[in-house]
Amino acid sequence: MKVYLTRRYLFVASHRLHSAALSDAANQETYGKCNNPHGHGHNYFLEVTVSGAIAPDTGMICDLGVLDATVKREVLDRFDHQNLNHLQEFGSTVPTTENLTICIQRILSRAALPAHLEGIRIEETGNNSFEYSDAMMQRR
Amino acid sequence: MIYLTRKAEFSASHYYHNPEWSPEENQRVFGKCANLNGHGHNYTLEVTVAGEVDAVTGFVIDLKLLRDILNRRVLDDFDHRHLNKEVAEFRSEVPTTENLAVAVWKRLDSQLHPARLHRVRLYEQPDLFVDYYGE
Repeated sequence: MKVYLTRRYLFVASHRLHSAALSDAANQETYGKCNNPHGHGHNYFLEVTVSGAIAPDTGMICDLGVLDATVKREVLDRFDHQNLNHLQEFGSTVPTTENLTICIQRILSRAALPAHLEGIRIEETGNNSFEYSDAMMQRR
Repeated sequence: MIYLTRKAEFSASHYYHNPEWSPEENQRVFGKCANLNGHGHNYTLEVTVAGEVDAVTGFVIDLKLLRDILNRRVLDDFDHRHLNKEVAEFRSEVPTTENLAVAVWKRLDSQLHPARLHRVRLYEQPDLFVDYYGE
């Protein structure tokens, strides 16, 4: 028996979408408002999905407190109230939410989560969301 | 294949307790949820069925039928109830969101002809939900 549990977290951060490989005009053309030199910010909602069998004695697939503490330590403490462009993770990549999704998936895949990581989903705004998981995409 | 999702809400109380453990162990594992006076949630249930579109009706499943089954098999038993004390499955299981999702699956599976049950998604709160695919 396999159950999937998804937990939703919030972090806020600023960023500017700008590629060093493009001219200023091309950056403006590509990223539009997101290329504003002063940056802008978002409330990012991160959904982390883990899976596992239900332990008969607890009725749970994992200790939620451990999941929360791990995500806080590995992700939220690193990104919350930060300027993403200034972080080492985005030294050479543009902090689009695509790249942020890949970055956080990699971080969590190496972290000691209390259940199997199935995938993540990030809402940049209420209209844009991004997902990383081969298995999750196949199931839809 | 078309997937159709119906949403429903129910409100219920519960607590987490394993009778084979000491009070201290229950408190350590379940924290605030171990309070034997119980607490409650507004649960949001999403039931997704899969099937082919009927050539005559254009339906995967008659929505009214789905609603009636959902009411009869799940909501009538769960809504405004104390899950530990009033729902059969939880006389022996801890009424976690995981176990609730599996219980809902078992109550609905094979009831939804000609569609088949694809997924049960149960939100305990907006920031926590469980998916079960019958795997």
